[in-house]
Amino acid sequence: MTKKVPLYYGAMGLILIAVGLFQSWAVAFGILNLCLISAIMALGVNMQWGYAGLFNVGIMGFTALGGLAAVLVSMAPVGEAWSVAGGDLALSLLSLVATVAAILFARRKFARTLRPYVTVLLLIAGYFLISHFFLPATDRIEAIDPALSGYLGGLGLPILLAWPVGGLVAAGAGWLIGKISLGLRADYLAIATLGISEIIIAVIKYEEWLSRGVKNVTGIPRPVPYEVDLVEADWFLSLTRTFGVSDVSDAAGIFVKICYALLFIAVLAVIMWLAERALQSPWGRMMRAIRDNRDAAAAMGKDVKARHLQVFVLGCAVCGVAGAMLATLDGQLTPTSYIPLRYTFLIWVMVILGGSGNNWGAVLGGFVIWFLWVQAEPLGAWFMTVITMPLPEESGLAQHLMAGSVYMRYLLMGAILLLVMRFAPKGLIPER
Amino acid sequence: MDIANAFALLSNFVLVPAIAYGAQLALGALGVTIIFGILRFANFAHGEMMSFGAMAAILATWGLQAAGIGIDPLPTALLALPVGILAAVAMALLTDRFVFRFYRRKRSNPIVFAIVSVGVMFVMAGLIRIIIGPDDQSFADGARFLFTVRDFREATGLEQGIGVKQTQLITVVVALVVVAALFWFLQKTRWGKAMRAYSDDEDLALLSGINPEKIVMIAWVISAALAAIAGTLYGLDKTYKPFIFLQILLPIFAATILGGIGQPVGAVLGGFIVAFSEVTVTYAFKRFLAYLGPDGWAPEGLVQLLSTDYKFAVSFVILVAVLLVRPTGIIRGKVI
Repeated sequence: MTKKVPLYYGAMGLILIAVGLFQSWAVAFGILNLCLISAIMALGVNMQWGYAGLFNVGIMGFTALGGLAAVLVSMAPVGEAWSVAGGDLALSLLSLVATVAAILFARRKFARTLRPYVTVLLLIAGYFLISHFFLPATDRIEAIDPALSGYLGGLGLPILLAWPVGGLVAAGAGWLIGKISLGLRADYLAIATLGISEIIIAVIKYEEWLSRGVKNVTGIPRPVPYEVDLVEADWFLSLTRTFGVSDVSDAAGIFVKICYALLFIAVLAVIMWLAERALQSPWGRMMRAIRDNRDAAAAMGKDVKARHLQVFVLGCAVCGVAGAMLATLDGQLTPTSYIPLRYTFLIWVMVILGGSGNNWGAVLGGFVIWFLWVQAEPLGAWFMTVITMPLPEESGLAQHLMAGSVYMRYLLMGAILLLVMRFAPKGLIPER
Repeated sequence: MDIANAFALLSNFVLVPAIAYGAQLALGALGVTIIFGILRFANFAHGEMMSFGAMAAILATWGLQAAGIGIDPLPTALLALPVGILAAVAMALLTDRFVFRFYRRKRSNPIVFAIVSVGVMFVMAGLIRIIIGPDDQSFADGARFLFTVRDFREATGLEQGIGVKQTQLITVVVALVVVAALFWFLQKTRWGKAMRAYSDDEDLALLSGINPEKIVMIAWVISAALAAIAGTLYGLDKTYKPFIFLQILLPIFAATILGGIGQPVGAVLGGFIVAFSEVTVTYAFKRFLAYLGPDGWAPEGLVQLLSTDYKFAVSFVILVAVLLVRPTGIIRGKVI
């Protein structure tokens, strides 16, 4: 069984090398980078599902929060926005804190029967108080040079800092949602996470003062050199001469991708090491004991709900880190690109195919499924060409089917999920 | 102070749309709650099932329109609805036979069912996008309005009018008929009673000689038929877009849990509550308050509690409130 791991990983490596040789190295490294990010997301989901049996359908939201963190940490602050609206924003924050404090205080002081009414009343009052300061402030921010900024900007800190911050933000959201829905029946968590992820995306999409919304934030700083600088740098030119590469700009593109790959591999290695250590520690054994029989574990004195919350938050944090890395790689935050089929359910297919409960499996699943997802497009087009062969070239049906060939990837992913669940529920690399 | 105008305004923008939307959500939630009650899992493929049924109905509508068959002034889609229902039922029975039956016999965990339903959702989403494409499709025809805002104004002499789209009335009437038929089936017929018994206590039902395979089959047929009707009505009332059906899953689940899982009455109630809260919270009450207040006065802002962009947030808040306050739902449902 342990022989399987190097075998599968070797095969995956060979396939990527084959892509490099037969398609192009730029494509191969492009796929590798997203494979690495997918693998990290899959690790996060594997912690929740594989270790603890929690069904999180909101991965998209936690990834998007990571992307938002990348913007908020690394973009340069928009000074003008802060100066026209900073005071009002501070006041709205203050009134938010005051509202929360007032509600907490009232809930302690008032009699049980009065509590819900007082809470609702305070909520409404707080709502109007906050919006009194908040709405004019955001209008003023969004009015500043809308084509270029129109948002608060970030902190202007190094982008690499955004990766752990993305993890922290996602962990915070995970704690909140876990606190509410863990401990109830299992599919409630799924539905609640589905909801929170849609809300997070809506916030990023429509709160322009925060994230520029659908106008997208582009030009997120890079942790690696830019191609335009590379082709002029002497050390890089001499490097290309040593390797005997003729096309310098192509080499620069590949060099940048390799830099990203190295960074991502470092992050993946750290998370993998921690995840493996955690799984093999007494804590990991306890998690699996809870998963396999929560009543027995509870009878042994384990606090099931607290442990679930813990592992749920950890998994969300890992997804947040991956989301920040994804925004860094793209160099932009495009809220409209976050769709659940791609960012939530695809990650699930990765974990199920790789082997739930096994970190090596989850990572492998991330690689295999991302590779298939990318390659399903030419594969689908080829498949459609074959089945429309008997039809004349100009037939409407043939053209319609060709246009739909992109969506063969959904079909393929669904089929993989169903077949694995049915015939190999333990996945490629089963849990030890 | 002008109560009549204020009420007309509110009816036009809140009451009428919310009733139509509530009827669509109620039909969707009924389908989810029946699968929850009988098969005991959250069916994530239900949204795509609605989309699939609607798609079949749209294709049939186009066929009928091309052949020149119609039931003017009613929309042709009503005539094509049986095709959509048949397609959805066939799809549901096929997925049950080839996918879900295996796990049922193994008595798998509900979560395994839910994950498998995600696989079904993927497959159906792919099929739908290959067959009809990812874009908007319009298929509504026939008369557009039952009566327009202007008709109403001329008839009553009020400043504000109420317009009712024909599709809104059809939605409500069809939903009423379907729900009435469903409740009659569940309450009065032998199989309906067997279903309720099975939903209450599986083992006891088995001991009484109820055939579980048949119950499950009926559950799928009802759920898929409801999904096809809900999907077609939603498409007719708004517009048919494949991606919308993943988003509508959230209000439907919220309605199901709010009503109490496995409780048909609760699902209908939940659907209307979710729809009304969504429409009310995202409506700008400025003009409504201006009519109620003294002459010439109007509130400063829009008096809109939440921008329409955040309408999911309403379902979500309802969901969270139910989970915190009364996890069993309004009508005590199952809690596992």
